[in-house]
Amino acid sequence: MELILSKFTKRFGATTVISEMDLHVGAGEMLALLGPSGCGKSTTLFAICGIHRMDGGSLHFGDRDVTTLPAQRRSVKVVFQNYALYPHMSVSDNIAFPLRVKRHDRATITRKVGAIAELVHIGELLDRKPAQLSGGQQQRVALARAMVREPDVLLLDEPLANLDAKLRLEMRTEIRRVQRETGITAILVTHDQVEAMSMCDRIALMRAGQIEQLATPVQMYENPANQFVAGFMGNPPISFLPAHLGERITLSGGNSLPRPDRLAGQGPITLGLRPEHLGPQFGQGLRGTITFVEPQGREDLIDVRLTGGEALRAILPSGHGHAIGDSVDWGVRGDRLLAFSTDGERI
Amino acid sequence: MSRTAAVPGLRIWHLVAVLSAMSAPLVIMYAFQIIDSVASPAPGALWPTGFDLNNWRFLWESVDSGRPGIWQVTFNTFVFASVTSLSVCAFSLTAAYALSRLNFPARRFFLAGLIVLHAFPTITLIIAIFIILQYLGLYDTLAGVILVKAALELPFGIWIMKGFYDTVPWEIEMAGVQDGASRFRVWWSLVLPQVQPGLAALLIISFLSGWSEFVLPLVLAPGAGAQVLATYMNAVIASETTQDFGLFKAIGMFYTRPVIVIYLIFQKRLMNIYGGGTKG
Repeated sequence: MELILSKFTKRFGATTVISEMDLHVGAGEMLALLGPSGCGKSTTLFAICGIHRMDGGSLHFGDRDVTTLPAQRRSVKVVFQNYALYPHMSVSDNIAFPLRVKRHDRATITRKVGAIAELVHIGELLDRKPAQLSGGQQQRVALARAMVREPDVLLLDEPLANLDAKLRLEMRTEIRRVQRETGITAILVTHDQVEAMSMCDRIALMRAGQIEQLATPVQMYENPANQFVAGFMGNPPISFLPAHLGERITLSGGNSLPRPDRLAGQGPITLGLRPEHLGPQFGQGLRGTITFVEPQGREDLIDVRLTGGEALRAILPSGHGHAIGDSVDWGVRGDRLLAFSTDGERI
Repeated sequence: MSRTAAVPGLRIWHLVAVLSAMSAPLVIMYAFQIIDSVASPAPGALWPTGFDLNNWRFLWESVDSGRPGIWQVTFNTFVFASVTSLSVCAFSLTAAYALSRLNFPARRFFLAGLIVLHAFPTITLIIAIFIILQYLGLYDTLAGVILVKAALELPFGIWIMKGFYDTVPWEIEMAGVQDGASRFRVWWSLVLPQVQPGLAALLIISFLSGWSEFVLPLVLAPGAGAQVLATYMNAVIASETTQDFGLFKAIGMFYTRPVIVIYLIFQKRLMNIYGGGTKG
């Protein structure tokens, strides 16, 4: 079901945390609310599920106005970061609780619990207590409990934050699979851009209560709206260098790059270079010294200090033959170079 | 092997000696409490001369014609302690939940008030309480003493229970609300089971506190109808005609037994209240 949030405003006391935010999530879509901590993404989530009252604006699930409905009567479920399983109940009682509250009969409950347990692959764990489960299994139970009554909207609040790296990869695909198979509309709140990019159809990147950009992961990575978005997306992160836009793009220390035709204007700019767009395969232009090499197996992360003192990071396939202290003269991939005005807007 | 095992023992032997010396009077007191209750030493003598169950005669005959029998008094004490602890628990459960979770006017004032009341020497209020009870017509009734005792125990109970509620993650409640349950249902079937260890400990502690209460029944219910074991013992020892220490000790043994039994059974649960939370 479609979710439409319009002119949403939230205040805590005298501080306005979010003002007039609009958000539209299509039916069956999975959207990420991404941003640094304190950007208002959790506040938005809590307003959607009805834990926080909205101070302004409206919220629709499909045609239904749920702005003032209490949480119990909205068809929305949250999977919390710590899963919030009921520790005194067995797994099947946990999953059955939402159905018991609605007074479904015993046969229906057994059938639905069995079906959802199959979907999230916890069929053999139904008699255990939450304390006897691993983190990933608890996550699956929480997902099952949230999905068992087939809510209109599923909200996921940092669902992977408490898992170790390997489980995180596994649950990432699992959550996405369950979401796809059921076709549920879902919102994922996270501060991890890798999670957001890998799991979601679209990403809303938030800062200070505002949506900075709302786009597909690829668009957002390749075509960021401003310096904040460019800096937030990508791991290892993009490098920013002060530069001057004239005939060429000039950096301090005598380095310069050819100016791409698409850039208009002149004057001081901030240059954004992603690690994968810097290296010997792109010709020459930036001279410097390698200060650090961080092997990652398949590729190496290489820190370069330019002659003008700026620090840059490149990523090269293993076996490149460079070592700490080497002098290099590397080029950049001109069509993927990003430029920002001094106030952070994209040029 | 033997060396590592022997060294710690050697190192603390002087501590054991000091502690033994310091606890010896207590042990001796307990020992004579038990010995004297079933023996009748000559006045001034230390060692008993023979086995004698005469001190336990209070169980089957009245020791003081002006007072109710021991079973009536025991029943009173039981009613006093259990009604007190049940009402303390009932009020603490709900009040502590409100203080821990709900946002209501003057919440901070109530919290501060709890600590003050907890630290307040309640005996200073006894005259005011006396007057109020008399005004309400509850003076010299068991109900009146129960009311006062429960009220005075409440700050402690609320404070303890609030500590337990504070350890329950709020996401559990939010998940319950999301699942469609009412706030009451969430409290009753999701939160209450998490604080159940605290509830059990509070129930036991306030029962024992009621069981051993002396001053309140003595002052507020001195009549024959509302005697409890503590005031009964007081009457036995204060009586001028029969200053029978053997009898006194036997009643003391009788009075203490439920306490010891409860401690033996519920030791682990009582420890919870200091652990302050649920595990697993």
